Amino acid sequence: MKPSQKEWISRLVDGLLPVFATLAALLVGAVMLLFLRVNPLQAYAALWEGAFGSSNALAETLVKATPLLLVALGICISFRGDVINIGGEGQMIVGALLAAWLGLTFTDWPGWVMIPAAMLAGFIGGAVWGGIPGFLKAYFNVNEILSTVMMNAIAVQLMNFLLRGPMIDPSQAELASKIPQTARLVEAFRLARLAPTRLHLGALIAVILAVLVYILLWRTTLGYRIRAVGQNPHASRYAGINVKRHIVMALLLSGAFAGLAGAVQVFGVNYRMITDGSASGFTGSAGFNGIVAALFGQLHPIWSIPASVLFGALLVGANSMQRAMQVPSALITALNGLVVVFVVSSEIWRQRRQRRRLASAPETESSPGSGAASPESAEEAV
Amino acid sequence: MADEQSSYENVVEMRGIVKRFPGVLASDHVDFSLRRGEIHALLGENGAGKSTLMNILAGLYRQDSGSISVNGRPVTFSSPRDAIKAGIGMVHQHFMLVPSQTVTENVLLGLDDPRFLMRLSEYDKKVAELGEQFGLRVDPRAKVWQLSVGEQQRVEILKMLYRGAQVLIMDEPTAVLAPQEIEDLFETLRSMTLQGKSIIFISHKLNEVASIADRITVLRRGQMTAGGVSAVGVSTQELARLMVGRAVVFHLDKSPASPGEVVLDVKDVYAENDKGLPALRGLSLNVRKGEIVGVAGVAGNGQRELSQVIGGLRKCAKGEVRLKGELVSNRSALYGIQRGLAYVPEDRTHVGSAPNLSVTDNVIMKKYRQAPISHSGLLDMNQATRFAKGLKEAYDIIVPTVETPVRLLSGGNLQRVILAREISGEPDFMVAVQPTRGLDVGAIEGVHRLLLTQREAGSGVLLISEELDELLWLSDRIYVIYEGRIMGEIQLGGGDASQETVDVIGQMMTGTPLENIRMERDA
Repeated sequence: MKPSQKEWISRLVDGLLPVFATLAALLVGAVMLLFLRVNPLQAYAALWEGAFGSSNALAETLVKATPLLLVALGICISFRGDVINIGGEGQMIVGALLAAWLGLTFTDWPGWVMIPAAMLAGFIGGAVWGGIPGFLKAYFNVNEILSTVMMNAIAVQLMNFLLRGPMIDPSQAELASKIPQTARLVEAFRLARLAPTRLHLGALIAVILAVLVYILLWRTTLGYRIRAVGQNPHASRYAGINVKRHIVMALLLSGAFAGLAGAVQVFGVNYRMITDGSASGFTGSAGFNGIVAALFGQLHPIWSIPASVLFGALLVGANSMQRAMQVPSALITALNGLVVVFVVSSEIWRQRRQRRRLASAPETESSPGSGAASPESAEEAV
Repeated sequence: MADEQSSYENVVEMRGIVKRFPGVLASDHVDFSLRRGEIHALLGENGAGKSTLMNILAGLYRQDSGSISVNGRPVTFSSPRDAIKAGIGMVHQHFMLVPSQTVTENVLLGLDDPRFLMRLSEYDKKVAELGEQFGLRVDPRAKVWQLSVGEQQRVEILKMLYRGAQVLIMDEPTAVLAPQEIEDLFETLRSMTLQGKSIIFISHKLNEVASIADRITVLRRGQMTAGGVSAVGVSTQELARLMVGRAVVFHLDKSPASPGEVVLDVKDVYAENDKGLPALRGLSLNVRKGEIVGVAGVAGNGQRELSQVIGGLRKCAKGEVRLKGELVSNRSALYGIQRGLAYVPEDRTHVGSAPNLSVTDNVIMKKYRQAPISHSGLLDMNQATRFAKGLKEAYDIIVPTVETPVRLLSGGNLQRVILAREISGEPDFMVAVQPTRGLDVGAIEGVHRLLLTQREAGSGVLLISEELDELLWLSDRIYVIYEGRIMGEIQLGGGDASQETVDVIGQMMTGTPLENIRMERDA
């Protein structure tokens, strides 16, 4: 059945809704800027300029968007499987640690061996860090929100220990400053860059993986099972699916993509692992912001691409806005928050519209008395 | 506070109560009256409208039309608080207690008194006295989580009595209790009526109703089939008939049975329910190819657990289930599915389907592992869609596209989706639980046709239903289940079952084994 023209328009509105929501958030932000006696138009011009104004600005935006997208892909998998992964930060760190260790230990490997091996190491590190809470949830009913957050704390301490101790840059060890960072990777191991910008191969890897995650979720039996378990574990068990195994699988894969994001940061951006002692010192909070990007992209891997670019642009553009207009950095945080609130609200609105539209579809008859069961029987069911 | 000086004989009078839910008439001009000091049982199957009617009286729902009066005065309740003010309190099936608080704290919860300072010891004494008065023994200082289920129920009753309830509505109070606890509860209820309280006892268990009630009102599909009849002059068989009904709506042509070899063999199975209480106690039955075997019984006698043990969703403690001679019990659900077992579960929306997934995703749920829908882990969505479209045509599933989430489907259509999925697996055996519950007449007929087609195709069908009519129309044999045991087996010929057969089944449904009935008759 072909959608009618009216339905087409209403679908288009749905698709553009996040954009409208973002504009509305910026409008509220404009009012805040006015209170600070800053011309909002100038401020937003500075933001745009900083994010997309030059090829260098655009490249910076994409560099920021890359870890967001990778984390978001993992979030798409876990949220579709109805497990909440708040542990992106820790999974990024552990993935990065494992990849960095590999890169700093086997310095004599050729680059074409090391780079895939390091990416795989990041993938595995994140998978382990995500798989542990998954296992605890599936077999011991431990709440994954709590356990993933706690795994973040463990990962930070592990990172601080390693970067200040066994893995510290030898030159820093000699100096009194003792900045927690590793030595630099040899040149052969660095991800290719689009000179003169900092845009690196990782962005391309992330986009390719977005397509692969789409295929995983909707074109493989594994993805089908993860989604089925997420939608209805009872029905899945009844259909012969091992529910526990797929809860573990959803968190494990989710962590793996975050771990890969960590490895890409090390091999593509910093060429070393560096922190200020906090998780965000290394991750730039991508482990959390990736969740927002995924939700913005409606938990769809392909839609997560523009969503990640948008948030990358906000992060980069806001920095230059702050520099150009001398607005407090707290405003930038507020602006990011506004976008999230507006987009999430618009998503709820979109779902309501969709429900109404589908409910009024002419073919979906619902003859009286054919409701799934009377309300009472639902209540009485023991 | 309810005025106790009123000498009006009927404490509660409900007249012509109508309550409509989308697509369901849950209460259809029901009258109900409660006399002072009586225990009045409200009897009916699941979904008959008992809870709806009582939720109206307790102020949780509002009737669409009809009137309620308490002590002769008309009332309108807009919340449970109004109802309790008029002296009507309801004890729900699922307790509403705070586990970490003491009994007294739970009793006081939500009251204006004490206002600010809690001198608990004073209130402990009050609660203890109240408990003493009505024979509700429970330590006021105990934390609720330490209490047994029976004791927790007493706390719920105390809560209502403390609020001055004159009328207590007990919603299936025995469902969660062990037999000795049931005896205690009955004693308490009797002592309460002696002290002037009136009790409404909601149940679908015939024996309990017969042993505790003074009067009985029976509901069936929102309608009253008996209104306030005295419990003395009515037999449980009569009640069973009123509850289950016997109204012929339509007939289906049925060829004579030609049963083949045994396809399902259940031998001496013991299993527990979700609460860890015994649900199946040495149950045995078998199904042969090309026949429909019915399992009749009042709800909650182990039917659900029986289907789950067969479907691989529940472990059995003892005994075995064999499918075509192969052991399938205590293995995974997948094991049975791969050996030709189809299962239409009782709960269409939570077990039988994933509501937010599309029709396609739902119909491939048991097939996605095999070619042509998948090849080495990759799904072929074109094949899946083709398969779903084929089923949509073949089974008359009315839906805009196969991409539509199944939560938007009507009950009848959803059941067709589930049946289509199960039958398309060309099973050798199918267990169907309550396949027509909540469906309208047309949809019921469709489901019945599909079950008969299965029988003609030579597969065995175990039909578990609370609708006796349905079982009598469709089955070639009927087992009657009672408290997890088979009371007897009845062979049905073609055509209508005799009244005598129905009576025998009714007696078995209330716990009399077939041989006892036969012995009685011969004597």
